[in-house]
Amino acid sequence: MKLDNLYQEVILDHYKRPEHKGLSAKSDVQVHHINPSCGDEITLHLSLNDGALEISWDGVGCSISMASASMMAGLLHGKTVEEATPIVESFLSLMQSKGTQAGDEMILEDAVAFAGVSKYPARIKCALLGWMAFKDAAVQVQGK
Amino acid sequence: MVLDVAQIREDFPIFQRTIRENMRLIYLDSGATSQKPNSVIDAEMNFYRRKNAAAHRGVHQLAEEATDVYEEARSIVAKFLGADSDEIIFTKSATESLNLLAYSFGSAEPGNRFHLNVNDRIVVTEMEHHANLIPWQQLSKRTGAELSWFSVDDSGRLDLSNIDSVINAQTKIVAITHQSNVLGTINPLGAIVARAHEVGAVVILDACQSVPHMKVDVDSLGIDFLAFSGHKSLGPTGVGILWGHAELLAELPPFLFGGSMIESVTMTDATWAPAPRKFEAGVPNMAQAVGLGAALEYLTNVGLENIHEHEILLTARLIKGLQQIPDVSIFGPTDLEMRGGVVAFAVKNIHPHDVGQFLDNQGIAVRTGHHCAWPLNRKLGVTATTRASIYLYNDEADIDALIEGVLGAQEYFGSR
Repeated sequence: MKLDNLYQEVILDHYKRPEHKGLSAKSDVQVHHINPSCGDEITLHLSLNDGALEISWDGVGCSISMASASMMAGLLHGKTVEEATPIVESFLSLMQSKGTQAGDEMILEDAVAFAGVSKYPARIKCALLGWMAFKDAAVQVQGK
Repeated sequence: MVLDVAQIREDFPIFQRTIRENMRLIYLDSGATSQKPNSVIDAEMNFYRRKNAAAHRGVHQLAEEATDVYEEARSIVAKFLGADSDEIIFTKSATESLNLLAYSFGSAEPGNRFHLNVNDRIVVTEMEHHANLIPWQQLSKRTGAELSWFSVDDSGRLDLSNIDSVINAQTKIVAITHQSNVLGTINPLGAIVARAHEVGAVVILDACQSVPHMKVDVDSLGIDFLAFSGHKSLGPTGVGILWGHAELLAELPPFLFGGSMIESVTMTDATWAPAPRKFEAGVPNMAQAVGLGAALEYLTNVGLENIHEHEILLTARLIKGLQQIPDVSIFGPTDLEMRGGVVAFAVKNIHPHDVGQFLDNQGIAVRTGHHCAWPLNRKLGVTATTRASIYLYNDEADIDALIEGVLGAQEYFGSR
């Protein structure tokens, strides 16, 4: 069944057992992003601790948006902004690929599982929700 | 079955295509937009092929014929609603119809019956589509008039227990949906219209979900204005209807200014043509109006009573089927009294997007999200729901496929 291209096992695993979910008590920056077409929401806390990113998040949404936020947090937590930027760019490029890219596993690790999402235009925004929230927060945290 | 669905589907070319991996199209999203029969597609196309010219402009034969078919469409709409032709205004959408009213009310000068200020009140309900909420909310902000609303109770019906305090003596506008696009609830208009008229308010009916599906007669409802959209009624996109009582339209200021809506123009002033032309500035969406005429004739030929009865039978089957699935909850009335063929539901532990995606893989089109009724979703305590909406081309097999699909989604996502 083709649906399995979209709902890879690793995506459903992250949906059921999300990483870094639950907001930290304090943070340098808090952002709140909404997908107005469906009402999915994410709140993201971001801090810099000696240059290392500390990420926590909470949200409500579909399996794709929540699993993607979970993987984003898992991948970027502990990295520097400079290390995180190419990972984010790589994920954005994968989402815009309309199914033509498989994704670079060296950079994106498990997040290459979202390659199938890029074939479903209505779901790309779901996959991007957490990543766009991070991008927004990263700009703000550097300005602090 | 009241309707011969197999024969009806023959009239709709879209049912000849397949979805995803060669699946039969099961279209349960008519609440968002309906499919179109050949007669509508042909009417729109033939206007461009044979009649195209600017209606109400020019003396040449094509202009005459374009005017004829455009005005004929207007009289079809009028007859369909039990109204007079001069009371029918073509807009580009029901959204525009409602905005037209809000902007026209907002520009009414002191002394005009529609003028609003801080002493006035506008009443809506908690179950409104954004198109019948935001125009009034923003009109309230612009004029200082107070916005008030009826709540929705746990069964998905309007709480009218406080009708006399919600529609108070200050109320000038009561804008209400005929049928909720999320809950399927058909609102009882009798008491609301009576109370509104008692205090001198006008009643504006958002009939987008009712006019395509049941007999709506503006006279017997006693309302003052009504809006519906062409594309939800088997008609083309780009055409909507605003109906208003002749004497109200005469007093209502225009919204859009431009060609054809005038009586006389100088460099510094202008006067207006009588309704409906006062409200139809610019060359209208003629082909779409003609297509809508063909759509309403199609609905009339099938019979609105038959369509409503057919949809209620299928709704009963759908509600019963969903109720038998563990962990599925229905939003809105589960009895069939004063209810239409729209059923929103939640599947525990599966987000509506994921339900919708799984169903899509089976060829089933449903709507997922907040259905442009975000405040209602907040009231229901959900961010989104899955919604199936039924029309004349659906049958029992469609309903059964949806029930099977929901069971399949539960298995796929391992929610049970």
